[in-house]
Amino acid sequence: MYVVIAGGGKVGWNLARELIEKGHEVTLIEQTRTRYLTIEEELEHAVQYGDSTEMWVLERAGIQRAELVVAVTGDDEDNILICQMAREKYDVQRTIARVNNPRNRELFELLGVSPVVSATDLILRLIEHEVPSFGLVHLLDLHAERLEIVEVEVTAGAPAADSRVADVAMPDGSLIISVLRQGTGFVPKPDTVIEVGDEVLVVLDPGLEAGITSLFATPA
Amino acid sequence: MVPPRMFVLIVGAGRVGAAVAQSMLAQGHEVSVLDEDPLSHERLDAGLSTSWEEAGGRFTVGQGIEVEALREAGVSDADVFIASTDGDNTNLVIAQVAQKKFGVGTVIARVMDPARATWFAEQGVRTICPTLEAISMFETALGEVA
Repeated sequence: MYVVIAGGGKVGWNLARELIEKGHEVTLIEQTRTRYLTIEEELEHAVQYGDSTEMWVLERAGIQRAELVVAVTGDDEDNILICQMAREKYDVQRTIARVNNPRNRELFELLGVSPVVSATDLILRLIEHEVPSFGLVHLLDLHAERLEIVEVEVTAGAPAADSRVADVAMPDGSLIISVLRQGTGFVPKPDTVIEVGDEVLVVLDPGLEAGITSLFATPA
Repeated sequence: MVPPRMFVLIVGAGRVGAAVAQSMLAQGHEVSVLDEDPLSHERLDAGLSTSWEEAGGRFTVGQGIEVEALREAGVSDADVFIASTDGDNTNLVIAQVAQKKFGVGTVIARVMDPARATWFAEQGVRTICPTLEAISMFETALGEVA
């Protein structure tokens, strides 16, 4: 796969390195001269110097034949425009943009730039995951595909507690895919008994969250 | 004939933004200016006999990319939106936000890079490119010499 990465910060440089190790062809674009020279010592021809919001710089990097463009500069405006141009001007099929300021997330959506990655949001998810106790945690949202994976901790007295998986009245459009018990995950069988304190992973259609919460995390 | 009074929101009070703000105010329009630098207010006062606010202007400190700052500056009521910060990409993004999110009727972005100015104009964002103007003025001047 040919990948163009805009922005040679920690994220961009490491991403380039990892993708090259996996056998992909990569061009990284970095606009600070000194930073470029540092990266060039390691990545050699796989890094180019320039402002990745300038069309001639993108074209020199071969954006026309890129299968994926990753915009990870420190400026949200730049990341938005790079992805907009990649998709609309150069017909790149896939783009991924970094959101630096979570408050700008809606601007990415408004201008049709998706998917986006926000370090703040990722860490927030991890906090929800690590700090036990409140209901439902979103692990993965596939907006376009209309599918979500959530995690919910089973509380005492909930309808699903001490029930066999086969007996839990899961709403149509949802499925238990995994159970985490005492730090170990496993795929449950129909006769697996769900215990209080289990963390249950459920795949579901959007909108079924409330039903899942009431089954697993609400005392009867 | 007196032209209708418009509400003009100008983001970026540099030399261009401030000058356009002053002339629009002088023409009797309602003018609101948004800039991240509080000191840019001085450019709005310059040459006026009173302060910018006393002359009827509005000034908000904030970043154009922040939707809340745009709201505070009155984007929802704006008839005209001018993006004249010193960043091409900022201007192009906020111009699209004014168009698509707030439905502002007339949106104009200053874009220094001729390539981006031309392409985004084709996408429906009205752009003004001082660089292209300078190039053509140089060409005209040189044509007169030759």
